[in-house]
Amino acid sequence: MSGPALLTIEDVVVELPTPRGNLRAVDHVDLSLGAGRTLGIVGESGCGKTMLSRAILQLLPKKAKLSGRVIFDGQDLVRLNAEALRRLRARGIAVVFQDPMTSLNPVLTIGTQLVETLQEHLELDAAAARRRSAELLAAVGIPAPEQRLSQYPHQLSGGMRQRVAIAIALSCEPKLLIADEPTTALDVTIQAQILDLLAREQRRRHMAMILITHDLGVVAGRADEVAVMYAGRVVERAPTPALFKNMHMPYTAALLAAIPKIEAAPHTPLAAIPGRPPDQTRPLKGCSFAPRCRNVGDQCLRSKPALTTAETEGHCYACFHPLKISAGVSA
Amino acid sequence: MATLELDIAEDVVVSPARRSRKLGLLFWAAIGWLVFVLLVAILAPVLPLPSPTDMDMLERRGPISALHWLGTDALGRDEFARLIFGARISLTVGLFAPIIGLVIGGALGLLAGYFRGRFESFVVGSMDVLLAFPPLILALAVTAYLGQSILNLTCILGVLGIPAFMRVARASTLTLARREFVIAAQALGATHARIIIRELLPNVALPLLAFFLLGVAVTIVVEGALSFLGLGVPPPISSWGSMIGEGRESLEVAPMLAFIPAIAMFLTVLSFNLVGDTLRALTDPRQGAL
Repeated sequence: MSGPALLTIEDVVVELPTPRGNLRAVDHVDLSLGAGRTLGIVGESGCGKTMLSRAILQLLPKKAKLSGRVIFDGQDLVRLNAEALRRLRARGIAVVFQDPMTSLNPVLTIGTQLVETLQEHLELDAAAARRRSAELLAAVGIPAPEQRLSQYPHQLSGGMRQRVAIAIALSCEPKLLIADEPTTALDVTIQAQILDLLAREQRRRHMAMILITHDLGVVAGRADEVAVMYAGRVVERAPTPALFKNMHMPYTAALLAAIPKIEAAPHTPLAAIPGRPPDQTRPLKGCSFAPRCRNVGDQCLRSKPALTTAETEGHCYACFHPLKISAGVSA
Repeated sequence: MATLELDIAEDVVVSPARRSRKLGLLFWAAIGWLVFVLLVAILAPVLPLPSPTDMDMLERRGPISALHWLGTDALGRDEFARLIFGARISLTVGLFAPIIGLVIGGALGLLAGYFRGRFESFVVGSMDVLLAFPPLILALAVTAYLGQSILNLTCILGVLGIPAFMRVARASTLTLARREFVIAAQALGATHARIIIRELLPNVALPLLAFFLLGVAVTIVVEGALSFLGLGVPPPISSWGSMIGEGRESLEVAPMLAFIPAIAMFLTVLSFNLVGDTLRALTDPRQGAL
């Protein structure tokens, strides 16, 4: 981590009331992110990635309870009033969602959506906003941007729509972009393009990015640091090269092993992780991954492992029986 | 007032029709009829028509003639003129009452669907109370205390329409309010007002507009029924409903007097329903595909 942190998350807990009791979607998470850096958050469905991103945005469902501190640009978002929060968000944070079908307003043209956002944030007049919109569309790789402005979202392909969503997110020059599974709903061939686009725009604008995904492969080349989440907790956190060189948490290794490999023989069964994530309304006493873990021991069932620092700098993991594998064995 | 009516009708017709899809002959026939009725109603005072209230006691229930195109009624008044002036009343009430419902109900539904919580419970609760109140009793009570006038009639029918519009608006808002484009707008720092007006309203407007046209059709019929019962416009003003009511008295000798306004009402209501249904069908698949 270099420079002062743009975003610091301290001890964030998000609880959602459900008919079966409180569901702890995010469980004492600490993270920090410097300006211009990329943090990858990886985990399977329901591990709290999205809830964590909503907690950062302060856009949790109304009934959710949030505690902890989310410090963005020196201000604690949890304690800000609605109006100050709105201004801060307008200045600094944008978000790109998984499904470009639902992240664009279906009844407004691309142009209207972009132009209005621009006018709102940069106080441009209509003509300037329209020019700027076309530039933005061109910047995100949309051919014939002038004509696209008058089209509706349903007239564009999925990849195009995601590019438009990115253009809208970039329109207000955010300092932090939260990309919540930005490529999950897209064709594999488009995925790399969208990720490259995000990386390029990030470098150009010196923007910090949180890249949320369930695919370790997505963060491998693109994130500076990776946090692996399981059952609402961060179970391993490390600079990306260190993580891939030396992963300690059996869950991280299992996630990596679950990615299909191109060199594997056809019909090789995927190395799926057995079992299911724990019911988060009934927290386990021990490590939440214990029931599915290969290295499980007595201690794992009795108490929760704390996030401990490994020998490499900035590498933390929460495991009593960490793996000592080296790169090449599993990747 | 007259030009306002024209504007509304054009809005309704023009914007969805721009989406070049096959709308069918029936749709255009319905549009044609509505435009015709609207134009005739608006232009009624300048058209060379006999007075709709001048009685000619020597020519009661007269036949179709060059002077009286559709004959005369039981009091010798020109049936064609009464029909056209009646269209003014029927359409005014039929359009403005649903506008009251559309504006108030639509706004309440949007706010309730967006803000949820106690406000929503309050709105839904009050609408349930309004729905539970017998509409005819309300109409009787209001006309008894405030008198029979077109304004009162419009207000009664408008208020009675609010719950239905509220429900349509709230239902659409509920499905949209947690969509990601709304969250994205919030993340970009949009105010509640902006989100409601610029993000949600354009989405809710289409189903509301389609429902509005059906509301117009229903209101014309209800206005007819109330006038038929003597709760509608005060005589000698004619509306289609009161004309049917008056025609009932001479149903054996001159059935035409009841049937002509009934046919006019039937065609108009059918046209509004056809147009409304077509518009709804146009907006439905788009909502479903998203």
